[in-house]
Amino acid sequence: MELDPVLLARVQFAANITFHILFPTITIALGWILLFFKLSYNRSDDLKWMDAYHFWVKIFALSFALGVVSGITMSFQFGTNWPGFMERVGNIAGPLLAYEILTAFFLEAVFLGIMLFGFRRVSNRVHTLATVLVAVGTTLSAFWILVLNSWMHTPVGFEMRDGVAHATDWLAIVFNPSMPYRLTHMLLASGLTAAFLIAGVSSYRWLRGDRSPSVMAALRTGVVLAAILIPAQIVVGDLHGLNTLEHQPQKIAAIEANWQTRPAVPLVLFALPDEQARSNAFEVAIPYGASLILTHDPNGVVPGLDAFEGSHPPVAPVFFAFRVMVGIGITMLLLSWAGGWVLWRRGDLTPWLARAFVGMTFAGWGATIAGWYVTEIGRQPWLVSGVLRTAEAASAVPAPFIGLSLALYLVVYAVLLAAYVSVIFHLARKAGDAVVRLPKAAPSPSVPSMVAAE
Amino acid sequence: MLTAFGDPAVWLPVAFAGLMGLAILVYVVLDGYDLGVGMLLAGVGEADRDRMIAAIGPFWDANETWLVLAVGLLLVAFPLAHGVILGALYLPVAVMLIGLIVRGVAFEFRAKVRPERKAAWDWAFFAGSLATALAQGCMLGLYVMGLEITPATVAFSALTAVCLAAGYVFIGACWLIIKTDGDLQRRSVRWARRCLVFIALGLGSVSVASPLVSPRIFEKWFSLPEIVLLAPLPIASVVTIGLLWIALKNLPDHQDRWAWLPFFGAVTVFALAFTGLAYSFYPYVVPDRLTIYDAASAPESLLIILIGALLVVPVIITYSLIAYRIFRGKATVLRYD
Ligand code: HDD
Ligand code: HEM
Ligand code: HEM
Repeated sequence: MELDPVLLARVQFAANITFHILFPTITIALGWILLFFKLSYNRSDDLKWMDAYHFWVKIFALSFALGVVSGITMSFQFGTNWPGFMERVGNIAGPLLAYEILTAFFLEAVFLGIMLFGFRRVSNRVHTLATVLVAVGTTLSAFWILVLNSWMHTPVGFEMRDGVAHATDWLAIVFNPSMPYRLTHMLLASGLTAAFLIAGVSSYRWLRGDRSPSVMAALRTGVVLAAILIPAQIVVGDLHGLNTLEHQPQKIAAIEANWQTRPAVPLVLFALPDEQARSNAFEVAIPYGASLILTHDPNGVVPGLDAFEGSHPPVAPVFFAFRVMVGIGITMLLLSWAGGWVLWRRGDLTPWLARAFVGMTFAGWGATIAGWYVTEIGRQPWLVSGVLRTAEAASAVPAPFIGLSLALYLVVYAVLLAAYVSVIFHLARKAGDAVVRLPKAAPSPSVPSMVAAE
Repeated sequence: MLTAFGDPAVWLPVAFAGLMGLAILVYVVLDGYDLGVGMLLAGVGEADRDRMIAAIGPFWDANETWLVLAVGLLLVAFPLAHGVILGALYLPVAVMLIGLIVRGVAFEFRAKVRPERKAAWDWAFFAGSLATALAQGCMLGLYVMGLEITPATVAFSALTAVCLAAGYVFIGACWLIIKTDGDLQRRSVRWARRCLVFIALGLGSVSVASPLVSPRIFEKWFSLPEIVLLAPLPIASVVTIGLLWIALKNLPDHQDRWAWLPFFGAVTVFALAFTGLAYSFYPYVVPDRLTIYDAASAPESLLIILIGALLVVPVIITYSLIAYRIFRGKATVLRYD
């Protein structure tokens, strides 16, 4: 079989960034949640907050390490897999990436050391400050990289000279049309991912009979945060879609699997899009639905895929990935509100709810990755909309090299992912066992979860 | 501002080449010592491993960020060269990245997994550090040889791989001399002394082999007046290595006042070797193919980055120094509380 180097380079890039995004998604929000635990402790002197902090800071450290090492892989990927990218749009991508390194990466990396290991070496105030700076650093990382990614979707503020993009207006580049939507949606996604992780792991501990105040405090934090963020996420997602309709209508046509430009478009709930026949099989749809959502008029005209023949993205992956994301979003809404309600009325969980939360521990990952696949595959065949096609940017590295390194990466990623998930649950069990073994009267902050060298 | 220092198409690439060189040198010294400590893990028992890792724990992430900065500067300032260099070094880069991944996560996993799995992650820590160091040495060798793959250049890059790994072990041992005491410190001194022999041999053989294998370097080194201007570099290296030898014979001293000396000497040797290399290449960023002027991004974009860098790099250096101050003194076992 002939290996296509462009395809391999794409698969490799997709594999690496999919692996990378898993961990920043957790750390961006978990940093702020740790700050919340810390401030709650500073305010109330209640040791349960410090216990929660000490348990979750370990998971933060682990996630951060995985985020950093996979991020380093990312920064080499541009050169190894997409040399054409920097040649064409390097004048714009370059400064954005440079500012990410200078303002975000060093900040988080240096203060992480103080946050993790400096507890006994600096004053409480300095330690809180380090926690703030790490959280600010991760959020700044997300800001800069999303500016770049959004610019690739909706490029403005530049002119082409001799086939190379030159910046003309940096403000327009940074605040490009899709940036505010993408940034907000991503930050909320991160909040939801961390909230469900906390709710899930805490429910796991709860199910094992470990219902100490710190577990309940973390559980409540996770559930309440999720219940607050998910409606916001749905609203922002809708706005994001409207923004995309304006700038990348072919992506919306693929999301909706709408083959014809017409009025009164139904909202397709399920179908098997058929690119050959250019129509859907087994369609289940709500009449007028899509027109209503996208134009706020049941008879509104929505552009269909026929308007973009030959230059629209592959329909099926975008269509299905979108439904996975929204499906997870709706499940999150139902579960977090049910959980919030029960916690509020009874002051405790029920076993069924706890099991559901355990099942949803990594739901945020599912929705986030599905969302990114919608966005990125929905941009094809462009790498930078209207400026640079993906195939033009690919490198000339021989296919076997890419194939070999891809295989290596995949093996390493599979092992690390399995180790990550199992270590999280191992830490949860260990913390619980230690609490159970200890006399109730002695909950000193240096108890179980933070014994040396962890 | 653009024309304040003459033609921006000339001074901006030079400024960025300087910045990139600085980032690489800082990276090699800083991550060098923690990769070296990682390789030394192979020779000790578990209690010592905990202490050795505690000696690098709070620093490694920030150290590695200098690599991100160096590659980032190559990417943003010399995008054409970034593609050519990383494309040519595709496989060693992949090995290095996997090594860095394994090493970086082993830090966390070894401390969190079930006790019976800890030894396996320690082994991964060692293997990741070793793979990273060898891959970087191999990249260095291929780069010096102009990114060409022939039996001679491959042999040469095998030599540089071993030498760079030995160099990292050396600077790692020197770091441990600062951060440890008692028996572990004495053993660190012994490790450092043994590696010093390799460093001397390595530097010597690379210096002899480079001009022999590469006519271009031969010409750059052995013509007048270059040979006179360059002479201080090898002389200073020989002197520093001699002083290091004497220092390592007499350490650890009674009051532990000179423990920092070997590390300082190691940094000097690294800096001298690096200067020699940088000289051999200037003004090329891809040997013999692309000069820094041909490969540079548009001046306006470079200027934006430079302004940011001039504002932020001093701040980064300041808070890095603060972090080193906070974690000064002998390493104890790391704790999250
Ligand atoms: C926890 C994660 C999560 C959840 C529950 C949702 N999303 Fe989402 N979505 C993302 C996480 C995400 C994301 C990973 O953050 C993406 C990928 C790129 C981006 O900007 O956000 C995304 C992209 C994305 C896009 C593509 C934007 C584009 O590139 O054109 C649309 C239209 C929506 N989302 C809409 C929704 C709607 C209507 C949701 C209602 C349930 C929803 N999302 C839930
Ligand atoms: C914000 C930073 C990001 C940038 C700058 C970026 C950039 C790119 C680039 C250059 C490509 C190559 C084009 C291609 O392969 O077709 C791509 C494709 C892709 N990206 Fe992103 N990406 C980002 C974030 C993400 C994230 C977070 C994910 C997933 C979790 C993701 C998923 C993908 C996938 C799946 C593809 C392959 C699409 C395809 O090939 O059909 N991206 N992106
Ligand atoms: C093409 C895209 C990307 C590149 C080249 C890249 C590069 C990197 C690098 C080099 C690091 C390590 C920094 C260090 O040494 O401390 C890192 C970490 C990080 N990245 Fe990415 N990244 C990309 C995509 C993304 C995306 C899409 C997000 C989130 C929206 C993101 C958020 C972060 C965060 C928060 C960190 C901090 C470490 C952590 O929390 O895991 N990055 N990235």
